[in-house]
Amino acid sequence: MAPDLLLTARNLTKKFGDFTAVDGIDVEVRKGEAFGFLGPNGAGKSSTMRMVGAVSPVTSGELRIFGLDPETHAQQIKARLGNCPQKDLLDEELSVEENLWVYGRFFGLSKAEVRERATELLEFAQLTERRADKVEHLSGGMKRRLVIARSLINNPELLLLDEPTTGLDPQARHILWDRLFRLKRQGVTLIITTHYMDEAEQLCDRLVVMDKGAIAAEGSPKDLIARYSTREVVEVRFDADDHGAFADSLSGIGERMEVLPDRILLYADDGDAATAAIADRGIDTLSTLVRRSTLEDVFLHLTGRTLID
Amino acid sequence: MSEDLSSLSAEAPPAARHPGASRLSAGARRPLGWVERVGVLVAYHWVLFKRTFHGALVSRFLLPVLFLASMGLGVGSLVDESSGGVDGVPYLIYVVPGLVMVTAMNVGVGEATWPVMGFIKWNEFYRAMLHTPHRVLDVLLAHWVMIAFNVLISAGAFMVVAALFGGVDSWWSLLALPVAVLVGMAFATPLFVVGAKAANDSIYSAVFRLVITPLMLFSGAFFPIENLPFWMQPVAWATPLWHGVELGRAAFLGGPVPDLWAVHVGVLVAYTLVGAWFSVRAVRDRLVA
Repeated sequence: MAPDLLLTARNLTKKFGDFTAVDGIDVEVRKGEAFGFLGPNGAGKSSTMRMVGAVSPVTSGELRIFGLDPETHAQQIKARLGNCPQKDLLDEELSVEENLWVYGRFFGLSKAEVRERATELLEFAQLTERRADKVEHLSGGMKRRLVIARSLINNPELLLLDEPTTGLDPQARHILWDRLFRLKRQGVTLIITTHYMDEAEQLCDRLVVMDKGAIAAEGSPKDLIARYSTREVVEVRFDADDHGAFADSLSGIGERMEVLPDRILLYADDGDAATAAIADRGIDTLSTLVRRSTLEDVFLHLTGRTLID
Repeated sequence: MSEDLSSLSAEAPPAARHPGASRLSAGARRPLGWVERVGVLVAYHWVLFKRTFHGALVSRFLLPVLFLASMGLGVGSLVDESSGGVDGVPYLIYVVPGLVMVTAMNVGVGEATWPVMGFIKWNEFYRAMLHTPHRVLDVLLAHWVMIAFNVLISAGAFMVVAALFGGVDSWWSLLALPVAVLVGMAFATPLFVVGAKAANDSIYSAVFRLVITPLMLFSGAFFPIENLPFWMQPVAWATPLWHGVELGRAAFLGGPVPDLWAVHVGVLVAYTLVGAWFSVRAVRDRLVA
């Protein structure tokens, strides 16, 4: 294995009884990369992350983290990993800094090391002023920042972030993205799962789109949009219950069309030209909106479904 | 805030910051030995213990006082007047080892029910531990060490109070302490299986009603099981509490070593080990699936 490959998965599979959560995926993550798993709930992202985190046995296929097999070297792998799970898993009865201290001690760090790192990480997570407060009094966004700070206590070489911003309000998400972006700039290797397209576009250098346990596409956000979508998208709405009835009248405008229950998407490199074409045909729309294409469109094209919760 | 995040990065040379501390540097890290693994997890339980210590202290001393006042002195005066104690032993002396073992059982059970479900199901802190270099066995061993310690100081506190009441009259009584720890653990480790498998905590009220309370009453703590209907006696033999009471009473009376001491110890150890084995399996199924 090349020394800068932190993660390799070959035909990685996870089954729970008859249910196949992860269906033979191949993934490689290099040092310094921010790698994403994008997909809806139930796509197998969290099952993959739990296997990578060495807390869930691999059903079949090969998985190596730092070149080590999690089945035989879980302790060695976990010593070098940062794990930011979907649930906070904080001890809410303890204070903010106590949570960092006890967690750091789990890695066998000395009291002095733990205290020094906790001070730095509280600063990084913008929680220094709340350090002595009980965790139960923190907001959801602060708890997430604390979990990220906690996952960094052992100076991990690879940081796993399972849906880091799910359930947060927009402002809290932006603060968190800012922190993650700083980590990325510092060269920390990140693996992120998300069902937010904007999150994947902002944070990931490279990502895989997962659907039903399998990888549907792989590339950088830009690549994927170029490959599976157009530069712009026109969202057309009609004052009607069945948007399918309008599909024929719009055919030929743009390169491709997706009919959704509440709107029609026209994929076009020039959205304004497409909008003008609709007007030229004298079609009576409720609204037309030109926007840039996103990973949502990629997902829709690949699976025929939207990525919404 | 500080913009210097160099120490957050795996590329930074932490060795320069912490000479010799390979657990923060990139690459293979100095592994934790077996004792160290359990030790750092016990340290966490110790933090929790210290936080609740004052509240626990009151109940640990107050409860024995209430028990001894009512059972030892109240019931005891009736027993001693009417029949000269139990087999010639004053009732207070007779009942104290029984109460010590009941206390050990209660503490073992108390620590192995709701707190365990909390770690597995509510705050799921066991999962957080498993994200660090620890196995399920380490996580449970550490918790058991702390429970054993809790049982030890509770039984010890009871004995101190009992001594003040005049209910302890032999130094051999100290032998009851390790027995009390075994009794506590014989109840605690099997209950971890319940915590790992149960859907919610309503099962615990059934455990208390159907198991713990009847055992407390019918395991020879308050009167000899020979006074029970003959068909109930085998039930007492099968449960850990009676074996603990038999050993504890022999210790307190400073009397001869019971003939079946090895059987008594063996039953307590067997409950503890079998419970431990099944609970490791159950917690693994639940958290590392």
